[in-house]
Amino acid sequence: MKSRILHQGAAHGPVLVLTEALSFWGAFDPREGEIIDIHHPQRGAKLKGVILVMPETRGSGTAPGGIAEALRLGTGPAAIILGKGDMNLAIGAEVAQTLYATPCPVLEVDEKTYAVITSAKHITIANDGTITVQALPNR
Amino acid sequence: MKLDARDQARLEGKEGPAIALAMRLVTKAADIMGATSLIDVSFAHLDSCFYAGRAHLDFAKFLQSHKARFAVPTWTNNGVVSLEDPSLRPIGEDTEMVEGARALMEVYADLGCKPVFTCAPYQLPGGPKRGDHIVVGESNAVSYYNAVTAARTNKYGAYLDVACALIGKAPFAGLHTEQGRRGDILFTLENVPDSLKQESIFCHLIGHHVGMLAGRQIPVIEGLSPTTNVDGLKAISAAAASSGGVEHWHGIGITPEAPDLATAFGGKAPKAVYKITRADLRAARNALSAGRDGPLDMVQLGTPHFSPSEFANLLTALAGRRVKVPTQVSTSRFVRDFAQTHIAQLEKLGVSIVTDTCTYYSPRARGVSGRIMTNAAKWAWYAPGMLGVEAVFGSLKECAESAVRGDVWRDKELEL
Repeated sequence: MKSRILHQGAAHGPVLVLTEALSFWGAFDPREGEIIDIHHPQRGAKLKGVILVMPETRGSGTAPGGIAEALRLGTGPAAIILGKGDMNLAIGAEVAQTLYATPCPVLEVDEKTYAVITSAKHITIANDGTITVQALPNR
Repeated sequence: MKLDARDQARLEGKEGPAIALAMRLVTKAADIMGATSLIDVSFAHLDSCFYAGRAHLDFAKFLQSHKARFAVPTWTNNGVVSLEDPSLRPIGEDTEMVEGARALMEVYADLGCKPVFTCAPYQLPGGPKRGDHIVVGESNAVSYYNAVTAARTNKYGAYLDVACALIGKAPFAGLHTEQGRRGDILFTLENVPDSLKQESIFCHLIGHHVGMLAGRQIPVIEGLSPTTNVDGLKAISAAAASSGGVEHWHGIGITPEAPDLATAFGGKAPKAVYKITRADLRAARNALSAGRDGPLDMVQLGTPHFSPSEFANLLTALAGRRVKVPTQVSTSRFVRDFAQTHIAQLEKLGVSIVTDTCTYYSPRARGVSGRIMTNAAKWAWYAPGMLGVEAVFGSLKECAESAVRGDVWRDKELEL
């Protein structure tokens, strides 16, 4: 599946789907890599090494610092896939890549692709933004 | 994306790694926004000097180590700490954070910023003018500069603000374009009495209410008093930006881009029309007073930073009486020096002045908790969540009177 590359890179890992938008400033603690917003349905989830999938981000001008700090500390996600593109995460990922050589691709996908990804268990992202999904087996 | 020869060279690293990074960030932002060109900017006000972790400091030091210099006059927003008063530091935060915050502010000053450390840069002389393209991160300043100054800026997040200031350009999109500045929705005030519109508290309430309904759309307000002053316009800008994320707004007959409705909406019809009532303003006031009236622990003023005229009004309201509870006013170094005669008198009455930082942090700095009164909608909206305090919202007169009494006092003339 194709995606729009907001920040380029390759990654693979387990999928973590957030059902609501997350702000990387205030709602997320980069030291622990944990969602701390008491109102967020996935509060307590750890983002380390996951392919983070969420509909969109919640805006804060400080958010690029939150993602860059998590990538510096190694507590951040392996990649981020968004239903709606966001500037702040792409900027934060670019800065972290330059300063710390930590890759974290940020992609935007259309509705159809988003639906497929949210039911996946494991995802691989290629440098050209191609997403390969390992679907959950039927139960 | 069209890049000129120099920008292409910058992207390829011909002007060093810091400028190459800045150019990557600017072009990345342009791509994401769908901009096909960059526009020259003449001024920047940075949010990146507000410490959000070690990465912020590493970024600034990376620029410093590669001898980056800003291409345009660049001013700084508040920091987390005060460089002027070491006692003003967030308690409960670790030493690394406090030291990092201080170091970050010093590095930006060294990079060639004008270290004004204020969230109300529009109160200082020498800033941008109507029609200027600028780069601003602080939400209330984005809203004020767009609406009141009629300069043009999007809301620039951390790192991108610095990158644009280093390059001297920004993606030509959003609020930089003519089309992106037109009003979306209309608010009318025919149901609000003129006497109420003269009160400073009215601007905070209207800003909060408008922001809640507007979200990130551009609201147009018809019926503001022609005598609404810059403090009132600051209040509307800040309150609407914090309750809703408003980055630009129009006041018919008040703000420069809105001489009339047709101009404000670019000839189009509003997507929605809201008639504001007293009940709306009452609801806004109740939403901002999460705490109940009663004995006070502190009074916090100056969000955004207090202006000279607000200091004069506070002095009048105190009428020579000492405050009973700690009363802090945050402002910029510039305004502190400009208003020094009034401030000296206020300090004799027990009022303390905070510079360089914002007072979301200073209550903790002084170990204060409990019930805190403010005249700022923005402070009342954010502080309960950020500081875990009980906020009580009131007019400047109500805050002053309450500070003297040590107990929340309500002005009968302001009943809604």
